[in-house]
Amino acid sequence: MIETKDKLFGIVDLNARFELTKFKPVRAVLKSRWMPLLPILINLFMFVIILLAAFTGGLSAGNYNFGIMIVWILWWVLLMMMLVPGFSRAWCMVCPFPIFSDWAQRTRLFDVKPGKLGGLGLKWPKKLSNMWVMNIAFLVTTFFSGFMTVLPIATFILLGIIIIGAFVIGLIFEKRTFCLYLCPVSGFQGLYSQFATVEVRRKDWEICKNHNPKTCYVGNEKGYGCPWNRTPFDFQKNTYCGMCLECLKTCPYDNMAINLRPPGVDLLVDTKREPRGLDEAWKAFIMLGIAIVFYLAFQGPWGFFKDMVRGVTLPGYLGYIAFHTVFNLLIIPGVFFVFAYLSKRLSGNTEVPLKSVFTNFAYTLIPMGLGVWMGFSVGILLPNGSYILRVLSDPFAWGWNLFGTAQIPWTPVLTGIMGYIQGAILIVFFAFAVGYGWLLAKQIYADVKQAKRGFIPILTFLTLITLVFLWLFVG
Amino acid sequence: MMKKKIILIAMAALGAACILIALIGIATPATAESPRERFFEVHAKRFEYAPDTIQVNQGDKVTIRLVSEDVSHGLYVDGYEIKTAAHPGAEGTLTFVADKTGRYTFRCTVTCGEFHPYMVGYLNVEPNSRLWIFALLIVGVALCSAVIVLR
Ligand code: SF4
Ligand SMILES: [Cu+2]
Repeated sequence: MIETKDKLFGIVDLNARFELTKFKPVRAVLKSRWMPLLPILINLFMFVIILLAAFTGGLSAGNYNFGIMIVWILWWVLLMMMLVPGFSRAWCMVCPFPIFSDWAQRTRLFDVKPGKLGGLGLKWPKKLSNMWVMNIAFLVTTFFSGFMTVLPIATFILLGIIIIGAFVIGLIFEKRTFCLYLCPVSGFQGLYSQFATVEVRRKDWEICKNHNPKTCYVGNEKGYGCPWNRTPFDFQKNTYCGMCLECLKTCPYDNMAINLRPPGVDLLVDTKREPRGLDEAWKAFIMLGIAIVFYLAFQGPWGFFKDMVRGVTLPGYLGYIAFHTVFNLLIIPGVFFVFAYLSKRLSGNTEVPLKSVFTNFAYTLIPMGLGVWMGFSVGILLPNGSYILRVLSDPFAWGWNLFGTAQIPWTPVLTGIMGYIQGAILIVFFAFAVGYGWLLAKQIYADVKQAKRGFIPILTFLTLITLVFLWLFVG
Repeated sequence: MMKKKIILIAMAALGAACILIALIGIATPATAESPRERFFEVHAKRFEYAPDTIQVNQGDKVTIRLVSEDVSHGLYVDGYEIKTAAHPGAEGTLTFVADKTGRYTFRCTVTCGEFHPYMVGYLNVEPNSRLWIFALLIVGVALCSAVIVLR
């Protein structure tokens, strides 16, 4: 991990870590090959039911469909509110989508086959080894959100594409290429997991330095070399770590650890191997923009916009796509650019390229974006969470009543104070964005005087965007 | 130097004032203007209400008549936890005193098609104290952070 003497808000020691794997039973469980296979299998079972329900649900209204409700209320909300901010890419640890390609590559269901993996094993092009493909793929996926989140069959198709895509890509390209550079759920998890309070990291560099060959990277009889193509002995950012736990198994010195940490530490990482980049900046813009558009479409009262999003008329639908695309890819980054430009002007610094001011400050939008997505998710969960109880008891709408909850009527919960909850979340994440913004300013501008002046426009931007979301949530 | 100090102190005072006013705002209930009787006819069709926003003042006695223009729809008001429903040819009504301030979403209660969960409208009960309390807090935090950084 990087040593930084900076403290968040002037008080939080960013080097503080608490190792969860120092407890013997924890480490033993994580080193077993049943982890994470067992949760993956359970999850696979869940998704078989989801797929069946989504398929048989067809074109019916999704609010009584198991597939729709579990995917878009339970799963999405869990991801945004708990899994990613709390546990980094823990979803990817238990994700069932790529298990078939893992099995095909390894020709083993359970144990470890040493040596080369099966499949063509091609390398993914270097030029595309970043978030750009996922940025576009995710944006395009959201074109269909007016169908996917409400029509069971559309959710079925989306999940089907992901599962088949993961398998086919796994046969052609090496390891977890699909997860690294293509999966639609991967990009935002990678981006926002930089804020997570959990990390997988090596402990002592001295041990790694003298260990050759590095088995966490090449694999051994205990486990596979990093399926995510990381170098576990020195990576410093959560972004592309799928928490598959192989490195905990392959390290003969138990030198890999899972730590609790202060949120957001990765935002300060900018190394040669893991540089900050425009791809991640745009991911942050896109996620912020989508939150606005989705709020307008799904939690706002404007019928004409809903009609555009659900494609009542073709011109209306194309209008939505055009607006959505321009807004996310150009307008949000454009507005941010103005403030980045002002930051550089005001700082008086002439050496730092405007591009790095722009890119680096964009990382403040990671806590900001996570906060607005949490607020958005609250607005889905509280009014509509009760549907989940219902579909759990009767997943296929066949009149079952497995847990006796099939008759529970739709019941909004705490929606009267929802605005307060959303406002509080906004303020907390605004504070994180500001706190990290200042630390980033000190990284960007060589001397503190410049950093102070250069920080003000960014602070202004963050304040304005927070007020925009406040207005959306409670205005 | 002197000038900078004065500006900083002014900003700090302003920021603190924002936060203070917001906190006082949380503690004290807003006082209403003289309450009136208000009547609204809301037309529901898949998947919108017209008007989509209802604007009233705290204390007003509000009556909503819900008219369906196509299939059955409902209207449930967040926070007030009251509801009515309208069917083609059969209206629903709802009467209540708007004693809670802020913006509350009202939602369709009858599965009326695929976009049903997104069929919502807004009830604005002025003064929207939540909005300005949080806005003041945000601006207050921003000003104070600026002072802390610049000092
Ligand atoms: S990247 Fe996508 S497919 Fe891969 S583990 Fe994560 S969610 Fe699953
Ligand atoms: Cu309806």
